Amino acid sequence: MDKTEKGKTFRRRDFLRSALVSLVSLAAPAVLGAREQMKRLQSWIIGEDYDPFQHNWGMAIDINKCIGCGRCVQACKTENAVPDSPCYFRTWVERYHIFEDGSVEVDSPNGAIAGFNREAKFDQNVMRSFFVPKLCNQCDNPPCVQVCPVGATFKTPDGVVLIDPDYCIGCGYCIQACPYGARFINPETHTVDKCTFCYHRLAKGLAPACVEACPTQARIFGEVDQKSSPLLRFKRMNKVGVLKPALNTEPKVYYANLDMEVN
Amino acid sequence: METPDARLTQLLSEIGGYIYPNEIEIHWGLLIVIYPYITGLVAGAFILASLVKVFNVKQLQPVYRMALLTALAFLLVATMPLLAHLGHPERSYEIFFTPNTTSAMAMFGFVYAWYLMAVLLLEIWFDYRKDLVVWASQEKGPRKWIHRLLSLFSRDISPRAVAFDAKMEKAITILGIPSAFLLHGYVGFIFGSIKANPWWSSVLMPIVFLFSAIVSGIALVLIIYMIVTPLRKKELDQDCLYTLANFLFYAMIVDFSIEILDFIHRIYESEESIHILAQLVSGRLFFSLVVMQLLMGMVLPLFMIAGVKLFNAPFELRKLIYFLAAILVQVGIFATRWNVVVGGQLFSKSFRGLTVFKMSFLGMEGLLMGIFLLMLPLLILFVLFKLLPPWEDARSG
Repeated sequence: MDKTEKGKTFRRRDFLRSALVSLVSLAAPAVLGAREQMKRLQSWIIGEDYDPFQHNWGMAIDINKCIGCGRCVQACKTENAVPDSPCYFRTWVERYHIFEDGSVEVDSPNGAIAGFNREAKFDQNVMRSFFVPKLCNQCDNPPCVQVCPVGATFKTPDGVVLIDPDYCIGCGYCIQACPYGARFINPETHTVDKCTFCYHRLAKGLAPACVEACPTQARIFGEVDQKSSPLLRFKRMNKVGVLKPALNTEPKVYYANLDMEVN
Repeated sequence: METPDARLTQLLSEIGGYIYPNEIEIHWGLLIVIYPYITGLVAGAFILASLVKVFNVKQLQPVYRMALLTALAFLLVATMPLLAHLGHPERSYEIFFTPNTTSAMAMFGFVYAWYLMAVLLLEIWFDYRKDLVVWASQEKGPRKWIHRLLSLFSRDISPRAVAFDAKMEKAITILGIPSAFLLHGYVGFIFGSIKANPWWSSVLMPIVFLFSAIVSGIALVLIIYMIVTPLRKKELDQDCLYTLANFLFYAMIVDFSIEILDFIHRIYESEESIHILAQLVSGRLFFSLVVMQLLMGMVLPLFMIAGVKLFNAPFELRKLIYFLAAILVQVGIFATRWNVVVGGQLFSKSFRGLTVFKMSFLGMEGLLMGIFLLMLPLLILFVLFKLLPPWEDARSG
């Protein structure tokens, strides 16, 4: 390789290098600024009065207070236009019977939208019995968000897991990944659907429909980590647990008086 | 309240125990069974082909090109079951444009594109290039132009150029083996990484997928070779057939061992999910898992292949036994995919009940569509055989 050729190669390499550096430095402020912009954009989309960065929502459920009336299920279906079939629920209520021999029977007829049949007869004595309302656990470490191939399901700054129905491709991977059975394919939109904590209501300063409808205040809604929140107060007064803690999903739906048989 | 339709009533009546209400319908059906089955065949056929180029298994030379074209034919179809299954197939391009980096599934497009473009098409092109040039020079009409187009209008068949082809081919094959492992191991990871599902969540899943892929790929090439050769009125190469059967046998032994290891491990650890899984295996999956996958698809063909070798059976009998064994293996591997995909959704994540899978006949995810998707690669393969004859005697010397 003679000198001129060598010099030429170096010049070209230098040129490419400086071009790359200048391109990166041009783009850097845009990339760094994008985060701030996104925050502003998100706040703007949701509404002037609601700043998602100021909240972190969670729910507590007092199992001892639930009477299995199914009003929450009804309220949810109405509020969120959930399809009226027995296989689509954003929230549902389970009834547990634990018998003297240790066997367990669980049911949730049509998600308990019309409550439960009281005339159930059993061969043996019931040791304990209770109702467990279920919904999306709005996990802090959500497996559904991890697996969504296009990022259509995401965690909002205020800790709610949402789905963008205009973006979801309907692959169903998130349904497989959810340990709680909280997700379903909406037969009308062919996209995935689940509880949003009634995000449209949160943005207006209202509580979720199920919380409002509960006649016994078994569902407590509020900020996870603000001192004045009813949720934090509830967590101070009760021993609480979460569903399937071993999976490390870090749910933000907390249960007081949770039985070992519930999963 | 709307009264549930007849289908739903029937579904509800067949559910055993308690399942979450959203779990009544199974979301991944026949098409998602077909997808790993097809990618498995692709990876397996490619790995078989690479035995010739990388590991110098000369006996397999007669099926080398056949294996490559088989891999290509099935790979071209591999995306179709996925697309047909999506709720919004028209948005599928989002997987390419805005992939979620934490999603195992988001990598699909890239793994697939890499395998098709950088491995399979390139390898086939380099392998056929010289023949394409020679064929085109001797042919007339549309065939000449098709071959010229396929050779990308290259004309150089000097020894130097041909040597370069061979060098590139070897390099691509070496790159292709980890790529084939990636292609199918990755499909296993899609299932194996779901911690919510104890039937899937296993670190062995990608490895089980991989070895069952190799098993199914070898068996498929064996079947195709045994059907196509008599149709061409040629003799089967005895050495080649024996070597195929040997490799099939070894791959099956490894596959079987890993599956049994997984099984023993589960029983021994006896975690929370063991009761519902035991119920699943002894009930709704008994036929497809124990009878079809294990006995018919694994144990019986293993004994058949070992038997003819042990008793030194004559060639004619061996041919018959190998053919039957390979067919059984295909059925068994299809059952394996079924048991993973459908089996993993038959039990509730509450671990308290089992649901049922009702396959429709018509419709995007029905049986008819499934049969079509399994036949389509064979049709593509037929066309490929016509365009790019893979036979040794078709080589341009």
